[in-house]
Amino acid sequence: MVNDKHSQKIVDFIQNWSRKHSIWVLAYGTGCGAIEIPPTMTSRYDAERLGVRGAATPRQADVLMITGYLTVKTLKRVIRVYEQMQDPKYVIGFGSCTINGGMYYDSYNTINVLDKYLPVDVYINGCMPRPEAVLSGFAQLQKRIAEGRADGATQYKENLEWYRANQKRIIPNWVMPEYNW
Amino acid sequence: MEEVLYNILGAVVTFIVAFVVGMTYGGLTRKITARVQNRKGPPFYQNFIDAFKLASKKTAIHHGVMHLMGPAFLMVTSVMTLLIVPVLAGNNWFPNLNFHGDLIFLLYIMTFGPLGMALGAGQTGNPNSAIGVTRGLSQMVGFEIPWVMSLVALMIQYHTTSITGLMEVQAQSGTWLMLSSPFAFIAAVMAMFGMFRYSPFDIVGAPTELASGPVSENGGKFLFVMMSAGSVFTFAKLTLYVDLFMGGASNLVVLLIKTFLLYMIPVLYGVTSPRYRTEQAVRWFWGWPTFFGFLAIIQAVILK
Repeated sequence: MVNDKHSQKIVDFIQNWSRKHSIWVLAYGTGCGAIEIPPTMTSRYDAERLGVRGAATPRQADVLMITGYLTVKTLKRVIRVYEQMQDPKYVIGFGSCTINGGMYYDSYNTINVLDKYLPVDVYINGCMPRPEAVLSGFAQLQKRIAEGRADGATQYKENLEWYRANQKRIIPNWVMPEYNW
Repeated sequence: MEEVLYNILGAVVTFIVAFVVGMTYGGLTRKITARVQNRKGPPFYQNFIDAFKLASKKTAIHHGVMHLMGPAFLMVTSVMTLLIVPVLAGNNWFPNLNFHGDLIFLLYIMTFGPLGMALGAGQTGNPNSAIGVTRGLSQMVGFEIPWVMSLVALMIQYHTTSITGLMEVQAQSGTWLMLSSPFAFIAAVMAMFGMFRYSPFDIVGAPTELASGPVSENGGKFLFVMMSAGSVFTFAKLTLYVDLFMGGASNLVVLLIKTFLLYMIPVLYGVTSPRYRTEQAVRWFWGWPTFFGFLAIIQAVILK
């Protein structure tokens, strides 16, 4: 925005502050974890007081939440959704399944480590993670945004070949458009 | 020359006031909704944070020229409506353009923005947008009828189409039009439910059903422009209602109190109601509101 280093710092600080306090979540209900999202959003835990709000489409969302296991078929759609989101964007891996496969670790059609295919900023572990854990995950994400360390999207762009190779290895018939950033 | 400068300055000040007030009302609405649902809710300035974040997002969406123009149409309409509506009665601070447009022009210009938005949404090619536009236009056909009937009743009864003329009528007689033409007021308030699109008439956006309808392909800066336009438009419409039915306002505090009370009618009706289907909404508008519109016209013709 501005070339001067000090003013850029101030701009970054203000922008990160607003990003931190306004997180619009696209809760991609891939697995059973989606059931923990409604209690997080509604009266009991009320994530809206932290500025966390549901977004309807990937175009409007800041955070892609992968709730639970990802089948190979769903992974293709998730990649498509992730690439439609606008920068700056973050990914939250939700539940054990996104970390190491969880109880589906030896399933024939689910992926085990989400980080190989999409850049995950924050993991929330547990099977299921309770709404308290989800809120703690959001707090962690806010902390990372404020410090400017939530740069998954940048890493995805820089290491696109590596991510693409991983994605193509697991998705049999690849008909996705090729992007050039 | 000096007068022109004052007009421009007044327009800018009006716009800033409308933006700030509209955004704050939006935030207060979220807070009040949360309190009704027994939640703590976001702070009242949450909408400002959201707007700033949206403005600072990178935007790499392009679906064609019309898609880019859609939000611009909305913004233009909001600002135009705002400048035609007299903000304060008999005040030289906000003179704006209110002598150059009357109610008929206002009726036309208020439907212009949604139509431009519809064209923009059409070009995105998103099926949700197309359904949202269809629903929005159906709903507009619904609420425009009682709204126009109420305004026509006022025009017949007081022999003027000018907003300032109607304000003078109220200043001279000393009674608000909501008391002297109650049926027109009821019809107009019922039409307001459709105008503000809170539930049960949020059939256009319908987040869980249509993925926010016409705006589903717009993120980042597009959404920022639409959000600001919506806030300004909200303020303009509320001010119009206050001018027409509640005698206008002589200073900003009175204006804020009156507009806020008026705004709470659709908001509080909304937080306790589930969403209607399209045909239910249109039937609702063509029922009691239109009936009250007829009564208003009959009253106007008799009392003329």
